[in-house]
Amino acid sequence: MLAELLLVLWTLAKVLAIVLPLVIAVAMFVYWERKVIGWMHVRMGPNQIGPLGLMQAFADVVKLLLKEIVVPTNANRFLFFLAPMLALVPALAAWAVIPFSDGLVLANINAGVLYLLAMTSMGVYGIILAGWASNSRYALLGAMRSAAQVVSYELAMGLALVCVLVLAGSLNLSDIVTAQSGGLLHWFWLPLLPMAVVYFISGVAETNRAPFDVAEGESEIVAGFHVEYSGSAFALFFLAEYANMILVAFLTSILFLGGWLSPFPATWGLIGHGSFFWLLAKAFVVAFLFLWFRASFPRYRYDQIMRLGWKVFIPIALVWVLVAGLLKYFHIVAPGA
Amino acid sequence: MSIELLAFYFFAFFAVLGALLVISLRNPVHAVLSLVLTFFSMASIWMLLRAEFLALVLIVVYVGAVMVLFLFVVMMLDIKVAAAREGFIRYLPVGIGVAAVMLAEMVALLGVRAMHVAPPPSAAVMGGQANVVWIGRALYTEYLLPFELAAMILTVGIVAAVALTLRRRPGVRHQDAARQVAVSAHERVRLVSMPAERGGNGAQP
Repeated sequence: MLAELLLVLWTLAKVLAIVLPLVIAVAMFVYWERKVIGWMHVRMGPNQIGPLGLMQAFADVVKLLLKEIVVPTNANRFLFFLAPMLALVPALAAWAVIPFSDGLVLANINAGVLYLLAMTSMGVYGIILAGWASNSRYALLGAMRSAAQVVSYELAMGLALVCVLVLAGSLNLSDIVTAQSGGLLHWFWLPLLPMAVVYFISGVAETNRAPFDVAEGESEIVAGFHVEYSGSAFALFFLAEYANMILVAFLTSILFLGGWLSPFPATWGLIGHGSFFWLLAKAFVVAFLFLWFRASFPRYRYDQIMRLGWKVFIPIALVWVLVAGLLKYFHIVAPGA
Repeated sequence: MSIELLAFYFFAFFAVLGALLVISLRNPVHAVLSLVLTFFSMASIWMLLRAEFLALVLIVVYVGAVMVLFLFVVMMLDIKVAAAREGFIRYLPVGIGVAAVMLAEMVALLGVRAMHVAPPPSAAVMGGQANVVWIGRALYTEYLLPFELAAMILTVGIVAAVALTLRRRPGVRHQDAARQVAVSAHERVRLVSMPAERGGNGAQP
């Protein structure tokens, strides 16, 4: 019993070791986003609080936590407060199976990819319930758009994952990374190039980010599903969205860009060896794409989003599942050591 | 009492509680969410049985997709709460009858002995394989024909559903993305060269 209790405490400590840096990463990512978009708009971005404006995100957190939470009249109070938590919990729980380095993973489970799909598909409940419980038309419209979008893009995302699984021959994320070992050209971005693109764009759509942010399109429905939320309840939605973005960046790096593996040969010493910093660097570049998209592209129209998901991505993905099967069958792509 | 047993009681409690709430809550949205809770708890119990593939597929398919659509339908409907409560007493005897028959069937199927004898370990555990690997191998070797038949039946179901709701309405204008992309500038804009206008009430520089 004591040993089991210790195991639970040790696991809790490991969970904290993932969640705390994640929350800080979200704060710094928000700062980086505002800075980058500022530079792209030829503005300064936040530069007043702390050196280079670095403390801006923390000032915002304090502001949000101290603000009053306004509950709309006739809102369903229980679901109104449950919704932000339902949005945040899957966003954090998904991190349990992310392998940060060789053997450095909280839960090294066999069905890791399925677990990720399960967790990301749970996130939509927070959005729908927030839209419905707010008793506001804008919020309900935003929730409807978001749910339809998330459910449609999940298909293309799932098919892209199937291609990775076929080539790697495993559902375990650590095994998927080791299957890509052998250098830059053995990573799955090369045989699965269309799928890497489909996966990342579906990830952008799943997280409701620009240019797929019709769920919160401020020009039409103010802020969509979270229009009635303020203070710390809004902060939870914010945290969930950014945690999901960083998750998609990490997953794209793990599934298609070789995870913690180094692009250089092992004889190059320190930079030739795989480590957590390689994964971090790859995820940083992928996460930067989110910001680049946001500063560059106008918002998609709703029917265009649906057409892209159903009529473009799913056919491409279906064909590429076949291609991946053939690549595997004829040993053109063999999993690395 | 091991942690596994504690976890089982925890999840079983919430599964039963959720199932009871589904039929007793007045608000249909709350009832749907209770059903989600039941599914999630059952998935966790399957996870405890080391059937991780089935547990995760239950969450992906039922919780992640089916119940989301269900929730939508319930949210869009303007359900009269009082009307749904009417006739509860009238249908109660029938309900109890159906429940009793189902209980009898389940006992007949599982047998009373099964409650006393420990269940045999699953085939995956006996084969010394991961649950996912075992199911994949079984589906694509031993049960290939039933699996493919099920896939065919589902495809037929999808085609039938689309065919039933597809109506061709004449005169509806649709966007054709391919034609829009293929358009070139000279089809939409006509540039004319004309001499600059002078004098009169022209724009002031």
